[in-house]
Amino acid sequence: MSRSSSALAQAGGALLCLLAISCGGGGGTSSSSSGGSGPPPPTGANVAAVAVSAGPNAQAALNTLYTTVTVCVPGTSTCQTIDNIQVDTGSYGLRLLSQVLKITLPVAQLNGSSLLECTTFVDGYSWGPIALVDLTVGGEKAASLPAQLIGDARFATVPADCQNAGNPTQEDTVAQFGANGLLGIGPFAQDCGQACASMPQTASYYTCTSATSCIASAVPLASQVTNPITLFARDNNGVIVELPSVSNSGAPGVTGSLVFGIDTESNNQLGSKTVLAVGSSSSSSPMPGNLFTTFMSASNESFIDSGSNGLYFTDSSLQTCPSPNTAFYCPASVESFTATMQGATGTSATVSFSIGNLDAVLMSDPTFIAIPDLGGTLSLAGTFDWGLPFFYGRGVAYAIEGASTNAGTGPFVAF
Amino acid sequence: MMGKKNLGVRSLLAALALTPLSFVSFISPAHATLGEPESSLQADGATLKGELHTSDQALYRLSEIHAVTGTVVREYSTPGGNVFAVTWRGPTMPNLKQVLGSHYADYAAAAQGAPRVDRHHLTVRASDLVVHLSGHMRAFQGRAYLESQVPYGVSVRELP
Repeated sequence: MSRSSSALAQAGGALLCLLAISCGGGGGTSSSSSGGSGPPPPTGANVAAVAVSAGPNAQAALNTLYTTVTVCVPGTSTCQTIDNIQVDTGSYGLRLLSQVLKITLPVAQLNGSSLLECTTFVDGYSWGPIALVDLTVGGEKAASLPAQLIGDARFATVPADCQNAGNPTQEDTVAQFGANGLLGIGPFAQDCGQACASMPQTASYYTCTSATSCIASAVPLASQVTNPITLFARDNNGVIVELPSVSNSGAPGVTGSLVFGIDTESNNQLGSKTVLAVGSSSSSSPMPGNLFTTFMSASNESFIDSGSNGLYFTDSSLQTCPSPNTAFYCPASVESFTATMQGATGTSATVSFSIGNLDAVLMSDPTFIAIPDLGGTLSLAGTFDWGLPFFYGRGVAYAIEGASTNAGTGPFVAF
Repeated sequence: MMGKKNLGVRSLLAALALTPLSFVSFISPAHATLGEPESSLQADGATLKGELHTSDQALYRLSEIHAVTGTVVREYSTPGGNVFAVTWRGPTMPNLKQVLGSHYADYAAAAQGAPRVDRHHLTVRASDLVVHLSGHMRAFQGRAYLESQVPYGVSVRELP
């Protein structure tokens, strides 16, 4: 399948465009404010608005959550507000696409060299320097936050081992990346952590004496790309991602909230939520940030991730959509399931979910991008990913590793 | 590559429910990867700066490399000695150019042409090669195999 938007539009029409995140100019132009139902949104200085919306270039990716941030040159009033920042609980720290930056952020230095990073995602890699920014999200501020500037023209040469680490697809433009930036608010304080502080890691941090001379380098924790929540003056132990429920038939978008802090304000109490520990930095099973999900009698490495657009699991009896949507399930009728999540330390929770027919939803209204029973077929056997559909109708809390809450010390998830 | 006793390795393999016929070797440069003779495993170990452990199963030989980065790479070879599947899990993705060997160019072309679905899942098919990538920051997993070379009776999905 081509990544070109014109080819996509000609070849496959609306269905194809809705699936390809890189499909600029394709998809719907719908409003992003209808479709959800639930209690009124929380208010307060610790709240930031989020939306499942069409995203940059009206790309209309499915179940993709965005927010807006303001970044400033540290200690100055030279600032820029940037929308369409994807909210990702599967990563840690702020990344901005240089393409959308109108202010000049100075590149962080380490031992007299410029500090850069190769960030690997399953669908590609992103390369660019680290810069300190003063971040405002909702009413919360993180001063001198180390963040990554992806695709910075000052450092256009990508080290070979960054390209060879996983997926060689370069994602250094908005169209390639699918967002103007990424706000990683999962349960760790840095993107890499002690592994990168203790020794140089390939395809991770680099120090560069020039734009073409970079070597893998160890980087102290304080200089690594940092989860901004940890730098807030208060409400700094985690976050609750709150989205209203969405009709099974889908919606053209939905709005919700990030409520920062856990048990720190009247609007972020865990109350009766079930708390499930997730793997710590040093855990190998479950892996860091993960828990287990037992589904159809099999145990899976599993994670709850706002940055995944569907519920990804393997069920060979469930019908896959015909081309071009083969990445998703298309059962003849909506199918209901239950699965049991088990935390890293034993607490468990049984969860019901349903999988519908993506093609039928898009046939009924091709502008629908908030689709609660979207099931993904690309799951690696032995894994179960609770993506954004899990968040509809829930408040999902993430406590950061080592941070204290009334329900104990992170890392954990609660819902 | 046989015979250096290492009780830690034996107990690790026991914990993984592998046969006790296991060996550890410390890596010296050589050459092997997916679709290539298992002798090339030593190169993978060298590239990944890890220890190589091997054990014989009923239908294949399993070799496991523990990279210093914390990533564990497992390579599965046929009785005839060719690597037919590779799996990995850990905080980072391994250097797939090394792991996939001569199949890397096909993989890279297919990956770059694949429709983007989301940031955390990808399946790439390039003729005989299938690569599944999954996971998120600090927790990546993956699997690559050559469909035509999987021994009869082996389910790639169920490889340990």
